[in-house]
Amino acid sequence: MKRLLIPLKGDEIAPRFDLAPEVMIVTVTDDGEIAEQRLMVMAHASPESLCELILKEKVDVTVCCGIEEEFFQYLTWKKVRVIDSVVGSCERIVDCFRTGTLTPGTILR
Amino acid sequence: MTSSQSAKVHGLLEQPIALSQFINEAPIGILVVDPELRVVLMNRALEALTGFVSSEVSGVPCCFVLRTNLCLDGCPVKNLTPQGGSICLESNILNKNREKIPVRVTTSALIGEKGRIVGYTKSVEDMRYLQKADGAGGRFSFGNLIGNSPEMQRVLRLLPAIAQTDSSVLITGQTGTGKDFVAEAIHNASQRSRSPFVKVNCGALPESLLESELFGHQKGAFTGAIENKPGRFRLAHNGTLYLTEIGDLPLNLQVKLLSFLDDQVIYPLGGSRGIHVDVRVIAATHRDLEGMTRQGRFREDLLFRLNVIRLQLPPLSQRGQDINMLIDHFLHHFNARFRKKIKSLSPRARKILLEYSFPGNVRELRNIIEFAVNLSDGDTIRSEHLSTYLKTPIPVQVEAETNPPIEKKEIVLETSHNSLNLDWAHVEREMIMDALVKARGNRAKAAKLLGLGRSTLWRKMKNYLIVP
Repeated sequence: MKRLLIPLKGDEIAPRFDLAPEVMIVTVTDDGEIAEQRLMVMAHASPESLCELILKEKVDVTVCCGIEEEFFQYLTWKKVRVIDSVVGSCERIVDCFRTGTLTPGTILR
Repeated sequence: MTSSQSAKVHGLLEQPIALSQFINEAPIGILVVDPELRVVLMNRALEALTGFVSSEVSGVPCCFVLRTNLCLDGCPVKNLTPQGGSICLESNILNKNREKIPVRVTTSALIGEKGRIVGYTKSVEDMRYLQKADGAGGRFSFGNLIGNSPEMQRVLRLLPAIAQTDSSVLITGQTGTGKDFVAEAIHNASQRSRSPFVKVNCGALPESLLESELFGHQKGAFTGAIENKPGRFRLAHNGTLYLTEIGDLPLNLQVKLLSFLDDQVIYPLGGSRGIHVDVRVIAATHRDLEGMTRQGRFREDLLFRLNVIRLQLPPLSQRGQDINMLIDHFLHHFNARFRKKIKSLSPRARKILLEYSFPGNVRELRNIIEFAVNLSDGDTIRSEHLSTYLKTPIPVQVEAETNPPIEKKEIVLETSHNSLNLDWAHVEREMIMDALVKARGNRAKAAKLLGLGRSTLWRKMKNYLIVP
């Protein structure tokens, strides 16, 4: 079971981790099935609040587009895997994650 | 994207000319997008700034490439009309290397023959050099470097003169002495400051990748080379290429670098012709290059070429009262960053720091202050806010214990002066040995003394080859 968090802007991944207005939290089973999917609206966009949420929600993997080194290192230190510089719609990113083909820099046109 | 890369400008000169030739030489980043704001073309300066290659992001919405703070809700494009004009806004971008860079973005509409908007251009100007110029100055500083000791004053006096030359520079010094800051400060104060400063860590990539990373490759040069890659030398055109850990550069690439320093021409992998690039090379290492030359691990002729200007940075232990200055500087910095109101260090905490040898130099001091600022909840950093490894002997607090001889007492590990220079593994081994002696070989008691579980102690003993 893996918990995945994607900062969103509309249906697509947010261009920046620190300015994401909402996030999608998806729980994927070991078989690649989606067990749970939740959309959360951030009270205000802030990288610190987002990091706090990631730890509180016990997220295993964060998929984002742009992220500052400071927050990347912090999450990595907290054992959260960060897949960054990803571009695409939330749906396609989750599909890609389920098939194990999502890597940093993936652009899903 | 190949078509946009090979797009021609007709009717301007006698013969059509390549558009990329126009924009690639511009010292600021230029992005061309279609009416749906999808990337059509970006120049080399923007590739260096964002970390993306034009061809890989062709057709991608520009907000995922530029990643400015305006992209989420205030894209200036919405305010442009077919009547023309442009909008200039200060912003910041988050590039692929996870750096936040202050920029000035000028957005203009491209109007077609029928009076409709057919696309937009965005000019992106790196504002770091301006901000650094504003913050720079003073007898005790240059760029991000500060120091008042005679050793640093000598370096600070040299830097402005070095910045004004165009010769290669070799920066040497122990780890954490500020080699990267010196390289960037030289670039920022030089006439190349408006062009890219590109950093490559020669020790971070395997040899095969490093060659392509530095010199670029042509499509099809090797398996996986699905598109042309310009390489860091070309990205740094008109700017500075900073080669850190030059001592780790493999010998065959040393030959290629030497060849470049001779004629300023690079040969991309799989390419048949050389490309002229105007790049200043600054190299840095913590290794003894002369020693490596004697051992045949570093080319002597390359050392001579790089060694035009040699800058040896002093270790922190030789910088005397600079330690006090740096403590106050980092205290001020982390106070602002973590929104704390710490005024000073207690005399004892300051004494501990002044007596420490700082093998990790300024970087280590910075980390120690960051740690202490995070830990401190009052207005003073006291000795207990400092990392325990700075203080000897190393105390280990013992939990409640039922066995009278070792009940509620503090084990004090008698570390010898020599062991101060050893790493944590050695210290930990000594602590385990000490606890085992105090518990008369009883592992359960030793584990309690150390505050460890029995299985953890067992695992550590096995690791350190301590035979029970």
